[in-house]
Amino acid sequence: MKIYRVNMTEGKVSEEEVKEEYAALGGRGLTSQIIADEVDPNCNPIGEKNKLVIAPGLLSGTMAPSSGRLSVGTKSPLTEGIKESNAGGTAAQKLGKLQIKAIIIEGQPEEGQFYVLKVNKDGLALEDVSDDLMGQGNYEVMESIQGQLGEDVCVMSIGQAGEYKLQAASIAVSDPEGHPTRHCGRGGTGAVMGAKGIKAIVIDDDGAPGPYMDNRDEFIEAARDFTQSLLNHPVCGEGLPAYGTAVLINILNESGGLPTKNFRKGRFEGADKISGEEVADIIKERSGKNTHGCHPGCVMQCSQVYNDKDGDYLTAGFEYETIWGFGANAEVDDIDAIAQMDRICDDIGVDTIEMAVTIGVAMEAGVIEFGDPEGAIDLLKEIGKGTPLGRIIGNGAGFTGKAFGTDRVPVVKNQGIPAYDPRAVKGQGVTYATSTMGADHTAGYAVTSNILDIGGTVDPLSKEGQVDLSRDLQVATASVDSTGLCVFAAFAILDNDKALPQVVDMLNAQYGLELELGDVFDLGKSILKTERDFNKRAGFTNADDRLPKFFEEEAVPPHNVKFDITGEELDEVYGELD
Amino acid sequence: MKVTVKLFATLKELMPEGQNQMTVEVEDEATVDDLALQLDIPEEKDLIVKVNGRHGSRNTVLEAGDRVGIFPPVGGG
Ligand code: SF4
Repeated sequence: MKIYRVNMTEGKVSEEEVKEEYAALGGRGLTSQIIADEVDPNCNPIGEKNKLVIAPGLLSGTMAPSSGRLSVGTKSPLTEGIKESNAGGTAAQKLGKLQIKAIIIEGQPEEGQFYVLKVNKDGLALEDVSDDLMGQGNYEVMESIQGQLGEDVCVMSIGQAGEYKLQAASIAVSDPEGHPTRHCGRGGTGAVMGAKGIKAIVIDDDGAPGPYMDNRDEFIEAARDFTQSLLNHPVCGEGLPAYGTAVLINILNESGGLPTKNFRKGRFEGADKISGEEVADIIKERSGKNTHGCHPGCVMQCSQVYNDKDGDYLTAGFEYETIWGFGANAEVDDIDAIAQMDRICDDIGVDTIEMAVTIGVAMEAGVIEFGDPEGAIDLLKEIGKGTPLGRIIGNGAGFTGKAFGTDRVPVVKNQGIPAYDPRAVKGQGVTYATSTMGADHTAGYAVTSNILDIGGTVDPLSKEGQVDLSRDLQVATASVDSTGLCVFAAFAILDNDKALPQVVDMLNAQYGLELELGDVFDLGKSILKTERDFNKRAGFTNADDRLPKFFEEEAVPPHNVKFDITGEELDEVYGELD
Repeated sequence: MKVTVKLFATLKELMPEGQNQMTVEVEDEATVDDLALQLDIPEEKDLIVKVNGRHGSRNTVLEAGDRVGIFPPVGGG
């Protein structure tokens, strides 16, 4: 296995042996460690000193089910803290098959110079595309690159938002059809890629040696068992393939935790019209796909392909958080308009969650009205044009709130709060407040026990048990994010005691290790510690681990609950780690 | 007594066509399980139950006017 270093100041690529300390790391564990080791926590995120680290998970590229998740690490332009942004798409599997453990991109070319980074079995090479591809959206970039190099290559690219170095800019990763529907969305990783002068990374695994593999037979056995564990779990094996993630609209609405009108209410009158059930019916009617994998080898296949009214492809990977944000949070109940917004964000290359929270803030400030889908679409289009208004929106919810003078801005560490009201789903509130990533729902997905009865039940409206729940999940997630497994595999892991040992067996067989169950939790803890230490050195304190005040002061209907978990209690999440 | 019922995801088929909620007459002190039986929801099926937006289960005892949401196991994120 190898690590490649790409120096953009000199335009040079070099190959390195994998240090011993990095050998057992992958995905988030590796990106966070490299960022912590090599990046000055006080550097400017879009300056020369920041780095962008790309790493497949430990299991990516193997036949382990749903293991093709990619981690991109950097110092975030949005939060100014450490960032791991996780995406599906076909990149991680190809990197795994090429036995590339990580690509570290550093330095900075001259202003206005842009390159494509080509990755294949012979190594890495930079190609100047300053006169080509520039100003193009992700759909056009991917189509043109695949047109030249074939449909089998994976493309990671930035749209206009990344070129402008906006704080909500994402890195798009092509899905199996070559569409830019999977994104390292959160935290502005696209701005860092833009600052490094890289428009696209092309990964070609033709002739690749295949994934590193110590004991193939043992691996296959463990992978088969784990596949069964996923398929046998009702959510992983049935719920996700049938309805995707948007099925959550109704259950959050019923539970009074679906943030509506910029987090004023927990239920949305138009929920039925934007629900997963409705989306599934429309997709069927228009001959889209209700079951779709973001990469080959995913058995849970929560993605889908959504066609427009004429039956033509419009978007894919149409997620709950996106539908919630451009829907309930903006009081929009027009699902086709929401699908268009998803498409625009994917194309321009901005995080749909950050944009959804931002649109809510723009509505709050009166830039456009609540319930105005056309206004929202126009605002998003401004980003691609690079107008001053578009640049404000593209810098996210915090920036937009400041620009238009509103203080009702749902962010933690300047990152927009997603899809689950922290007052009515309190475990999620703990995660938002304390995650090293800023408000991030996947970092410790307490919705499991709070709402879904997965991994036990913890009353979402009571503060009892939420700190422990969030901590345990944050530790486990940090580990899962290192394996390349999709975070949804955690549903089976939480409910079935056999599943996690099967993951450990796969890792041991693949890498010739002797990990035990406890090592998995130790790994998670050590990752969080590394990340937290970086943030501390960047100037973060416990005072940054808090929700905006209005969640403590305003009760959210229908349950009329406030966020009542105190600062001291929140500090217990990391109390023992610090 | 009457309760308002909403069925979701695969259970939605058990609702009258085109309707998103229905009013159901149940015995006094009926449980969610009794209601489920009345609605032909398979007995062995795992359910997620929300009564008036709060966590419930098959054993929850219903009261007149309750809003009951019943889901098969679902998830996402
Ligand atoms: S479950 Fe969904 S997000 Fe996860 S790997 Fe599969 S398709 Fe991608």
